Amino acid sequence: MVKVNGNEMDIAGMTVSELLEKEGYKPEKVAVELDLEIVPKAQYSSCILKDGSSVEVVSFVGGG
Amino acid sequence: MENNDKLIIGGREFNSRFILGSGKYSLKLIEAAVKYAGAELITLAVRRANTKDHENILDYIPKGVTLLPNTSGARNAEEAVRIARLARELGCGDFVKIEIMRDTKYLLPDNAETVKATEILAKEGFVVMPYMYPDLNTARDLVNAGAASVMPLASPIGSNKGLATRDFIQILIDEIDLPIIVDAGIGRPSQACEAMEMGAAAVMSNTALATAGDLPMMADAFRKAIEAGRQAYLSGLGRVLVRGASPSDTLTGFLHD
Repeated sequence: MVKVNGNEMDIAGMTVSELLEKEGYKPEKVAVELDLEIVPKAQYSSCILKDGSSVEVVSFVGGG
Repeated sequence: MENNDKLIIGGREFNSRFILGSGKYSLKLIEAAVKYAGAELITLAVRRANTKDHENILDYIPKGVTLLPNTSGARNAEEAVRIARLARELGCGDFVKIEIMRDTKYLLPDNAETVKATEILAKEGFVVMPYMYPDLNTARDLVNAGAASVMPLASPIGSNKGLATRDFIQILIDEIDLPIIVDAGIGRPSQACEAMEMGAAAVMSNTALATAGDLPMMADAFRKAIEAGRQAYLSGLGRVLVRGASPSDTLTGFLHD
């Protein structure tokens, strides 16, 4: 299982690109952190999610 | 009046001294808010992306406006650094407003953690704009840590209570050789004007606009107040008499000759 934004998902073996596409995230509008390390956009298609990993997908929202 | 009076932060020049927040109001109002505020810097927050939410704030911010992501939600330096790095990865520059709060009741910034985060992020090439409780020693630590400005609070975030920390902000303005940007708690244009008269380099406001009856109109009012306060500061305020009075016209006294 891989934790994505706090939710457990059965997606071990998928790449970051595949995860973003599956979940409907726009790659150009998000940043991805895998086990506390930023994943550069150029590595989305080669970075494979392992069992037990934790992924954060973030974007900008309004704030002060 | 010709405007050669630029605000310089991290080597970038700004004509506007009104930093606009983008929280707590409709994305559809952002363009009007930026326009009426005359803002060139706008703050944003970083949150877990929601796939169902197809609206993206970046689509609503006019081109040419510099983005200032904040680290709200961070409770310590480590979390603030994480958020700042993610914000930079979002690809909108390297400005960051550090905001670290341990306390959820008063939302007061943790000055010690803020200094730590400033040091780390400045070394990584960020233009660091730390939000802080107005304390001279902390401000000096922030200067040494590589901050690009110092952002003292006027009163608690979102309170619209105005310059509760007035005298301590004045000390920072007088002693710190970086732009002092009054952030948080400014509720009215008159308070923004007063901060600028004191010599603040800029004012940041969000809630005052978000909770106003007519947001774009209030943005316009703030812009005018900030410009007026800046002009007053640059022109040099007239002196205050400790006691007594001083006539504005020559007392010829002819009626009594």
